[in-house]
Amino acid sequence: MYQAKIYITLKQSVLDPQGSAVTKSLHAMGYENVKDVRVGRYLVVDVDAPSKEAAGEQVHDMCRKLLANPVIEDYTFELVEV
Amino acid sequence: MKFGVIVFPGSNCDADCLHAVKAVLDQPVEYIWHKSNSVDGFDCIILPGGFSYGDYLRAGAIARFSPVMEAVINYAQKGGWVLGICNGFQVLLEAGLLPGAMRRNNNLQFICQDTYLKVENCSTPFTALCHPGEVLKIPVAHGEGNYYCDEKTLKELKQNNQIVFRYCDEMGKVTGEANPNGSINNIAGICNRHGNVLGMMPHPERCAEEILGSSDGAVLFKSILASWQRRVK
Amino acid sequence: MEPRSSEKLKPGIWREMGLTDQEFDRVKEILGREPNYVELGIFAVMWSEHCSYKTSRPVLKFFPTEGEQVLQGPGENAGIVDIGDGQAVAFKIESHNHPSAVEPYQGAATGVGGILRDVFTMGARPIAVLDSLRFGSLKNSRTRYLFSGVVSGISGYGNCVGVPTVGGEVFFAPTYEENPLVNVMCVGLIDHKDIKKGVAAGIGNPVMVVGARTGRDGIHGATFASEELSEESAEKRPAVQVGDPFMEKLLLEACLEVIKSGYVVGIQDMGAAGLTSSSCEMASRAGTGIEMDLSLVPRREEGMTPYELMLSESQERMLVVVKKGTEDKVKEIFNKWDLEAVVVGRVTGDGMLRLTEGQQLVAEVPAKALTDEAPVYQRPYSEPEYLKEAQNLSPVKIPIPDNYEQVLLDLLASPNIASKEWVYRQYDHMVGTNTVVRPGSDAAVLRVKGTKKGIAMTTDCNPRYCYLDPYMGGMIAVAEAARNLVCSGAKPLAITNCLNFGNPEKPGVMWQFRRAVQGMSEACRKLNTPVTGGNVSFYNETKGTAVYPTPTVGMVGLIEDLDYCCTQDFKDEGDIIILVGETRVELGGSEYLSVVHGLEGRGTPPQLDLELERKVQQAVLEAIKKGLVKSAHDCSEGGLAVALAESCISGGIGAEIYSIENIRGDALLFGESQSRIIISASENNVAELIRHLTLMEVPFTRLGTVGGEELRINLMDSGCAAGRPRPVINLPVAEMESRWRGAVKCLMK
Repeated sequence: MYQAKIYITLKQSVLDPQGSAVTKSLHAMGYENVKDVRVGRYLVVDVDAPSKEAAGEQVHDMCRKLLANPVIEDYTFELVEV
Repeated sequence: MKFGVIVFPGSNCDADCLHAVKAVLDQPVEYIWHKSNSVDGFDCIILPGGFSYGDYLRAGAIARFSPVMEAVINYAQKGGWVLGICNGFQVLLEAGLLPGAMRRNNNLQFICQDTYLKVENCSTPFTALCHPGEVLKIPVAHGEGNYYCDEKTLKELKQNNQIVFRYCDEMGKVTGEANPNGSINNIAGICNRHGNVLGMMPHPERCAEEILGSSDGAVLFKSILASWQRRVK
Repeated sequence: MEPRSSEKLKPGIWREMGLTDQEFDRVKEILGREPNYVELGIFAVMWSEHCSYKTSRPVLKFFPTEGEQVLQGPGENAGIVDIGDGQAVAFKIESHNHPSAVEPYQGAATGVGGILRDVFTMGARPIAVLDSLRFGSLKNSRTRYLFSGVVSGISGYGNCVGVPTVGGEVFFAPTYEENPLVNVMCVGLIDHKDIKKGVAAGIGNPVMVVGARTGRDGIHGATFASEELSEESAEKRPAVQVGDPFMEKLLLEACLEVIKSGYVVGIQDMGAAGLTSSSCEMASRAGTGIEMDLSLVPRREEGMTPYELMLSESQERMLVVVKKGTEDKVKEIFNKWDLEAVVVGRVTGDGMLRLTEGQQLVAEVPAKALTDEAPVYQRPYSEPEYLKEAQNLSPVKIPIPDNYEQVLLDLLASPNIASKEWVYRQYDHMVGTNTVVRPGSDAAVLRVKGTKKGIAMTTDCNPRYCYLDPYMGGMIAVAEAARNLVCSGAKPLAITNCLNFGNPEKPGVMWQFRRAVQGMSEACRKLNTPVTGGNVSFYNETKGTAVYPTPTVGMVGLIEDLDYCCTQDFKDEGDIIILVGETRVELGGSEYLSVVHGLEGRGTPPQLDLELERKVQQAVLEAIKKGLVKSAHDCSEGGLAVALAESCISGGIGAEIYSIENIRGDALLFGESQSRIIISASENNVAELIRHLTLMEVPFTRLGTVGGEELRINLMDSGCAAGRPRPVINLPVAEMESRWRGAVKCLMK
């Protein structure tokens, strides 16, 4: 069994209104050194797969097809055996 | 002319669309269940608004994989008329029938209000009875209607006359202030290259009868019927 | 980890669960033995104030509950009133104050979920939601956090389910600073033949749990709602449930489909106290018992104890009793909507709520003991000390302002009067395509498709009046709700109410509660709007201070023909403006005193003459039905000047007013005398309208004409009416509009 920790964020070129709102409130709270905030989604997916490679391939597939929207979003993931 | 209204789990404007077709056109109209794998026999398919699958993950992302969508994609590719309203538009984007994607409204809030739309393309079956530049008052109600596409796509949309509706003020001026959600180029609705698939965020079914304060939305339904009658002849 | 049922009770544990020693003795007496943990938990939650109404019950008896229009009065999930043609309206209001104070988004969202289920469990399709919200001052950042959280919670849930949020009210006063009030009302439409009730009838009939799985959400939420909020409340976060509006939408469709199928005997929402309250209430109503095997209840988490399963407040679940032999058909319908439906037990004839876990008995309690035999308290009451001092305010000591224009602009920008567009823009108020009059008017109006009928609805309560005189305040809340409906052209039918008060163990709070209920009852009798249900929320206090007594009234009315539906906006140049009713020197409890003089909640509130109120309402309603009236607007917070300004702003047109200054100018313009409605009519109908008003024996004054781009108010000396009018207000409608429209939005930036 493998566990994929998937992080999905808006692409750098796409405006992230949530992120800008959080940046603004952090600034208002005195964290003026905050340069940028990107808000995203975090998913934990448990996959039963024969190998780490196979699991990784499936997770890539899932991200491209459903979990992320490639038009506006980027994804990365970490894969660990559990 | 026979209309079909797709029902996804979480669709909530399905009954409104059904009612509008009956009230405005008095034409046969039926629901199509999301588990159905055929849309044969229908002359126009409407993907209604709502929160299909709770809009969990992303608006329209899960609905795009329901069995009926495969049939809808085939139907559209063969030239069948498909109208996606609000969540239906989001599903069409996720399904790749239309280019681009939706982001959250730039004020991060759900917005329900009347908007003015400038009709930019009167050659689609959905806008055939409109005049170029005509201004329609049609309400929006969405949290993710901030349309986005990259520059190249935008250029293509313009070149191919695929931008059908843009947010404008009462006088028809396309201004930043008139844009409720931050969408690129004030885009409110686009069609595919062939013009047989239209996606729009505003809800024509909500203003198709005078008692609801405006009947500007009726022109879309009337256009569809008129275009169909012309085609059948 | 909760103790297992077999363990012996820790001495005094009942106190931690919210039962007194006497109540615990009563439990032992009923059972003839010591209860186990599960049984104790069941008693504690069912006998909590929230579920048992042990304090309020004797007082609620004052309410009139009968009328020929009432098809279902209090005691069911929702009340039902007849609207003719075999159709009816189901409606109810409920509070979600305490959950919203600790987690505003989810608290408000689950409040919407709960009230929707109360309505569709009767078999009605919800067609509208209204919210009555109260917060502290918007200048406070915590208030802004709570306010925006509550609004987005309502929006997030209601919009997703697809029921329009069409109205309600928002009120700000320092008293709600840490204890906001979130009252949610739902209105549904139903055919008489489809009405279903929460009864577990028919011995041997299967009992099914349907909808979401049960988790450890909100265990003891009901007892939580019966305690004052304290510093530790923030730590109680796990007691707040999380709503799933998508699940609710599926449950709504599936339940309405299964009810139509005819397989259902009784159905009830699992609200506060979840499986416990739904099962024992259904059994108790039918005079039956229920037997359930808890190991069959679908759950989200492993290792849940019977105690947890019985007390969980996981949302979006229903308990359904179906006709024997139809289980599979019922499952099929729920499966179609991707929902689980599981038989967990059956109806018995012995009146016991009997719970097992597999073969093992875990609890056995007489169902009626939990509902009908809950303790009832006649709590002592006495007039609170603050009252005399707060009421004592001589008008002579209030300086008359020299610039009425500034006063009007300040009032229009006060969050209590200013446009609530910032709020309702976030609510889908049009889904369903029935909304004929949108939010922002006196009452919302929805059409009934396929008929000429409309349903008007509103919520109302001025808590300042209730604080200064709960009897008068309660009466006014009912009268004003009715007046709002009348302004839309509707005949008021009935009310539901949400009674928000402080700690009833304090005699002063108990006195407020009794007086308010008595005042409401009298108005309900006079206006023929019986009470069909509602709820009571006590313990709305922070650091020992009660919030203003806030008996929110939710009212529905019927418009027989939508061609004669009326709105508040002035329509056409040259129309004549008439004020129906009388203006007296009544400044106590007004928004004007609070905003302009810093006197929040001071003085005696305006007085209400119920007979005059009834006559004014009848006269205006009949005039609207005769087609003589083009606009009608209730005069409320901010008085005559604000009401005129609102009619101008919403109509986008000005008005020219001439009024005799027979009382002090500020009272004339900004006082909140009751039983007043501003109407406008086209000039050729005025003669008939005046004849009509005269015949109906109501006082009225011709105020002026609609037209221009400004609101101009001129006062004339009462001594020589022919003397030169003195212009006191001359403001462009556009300027008033920008102040009125921008205020809340600006504060929330």
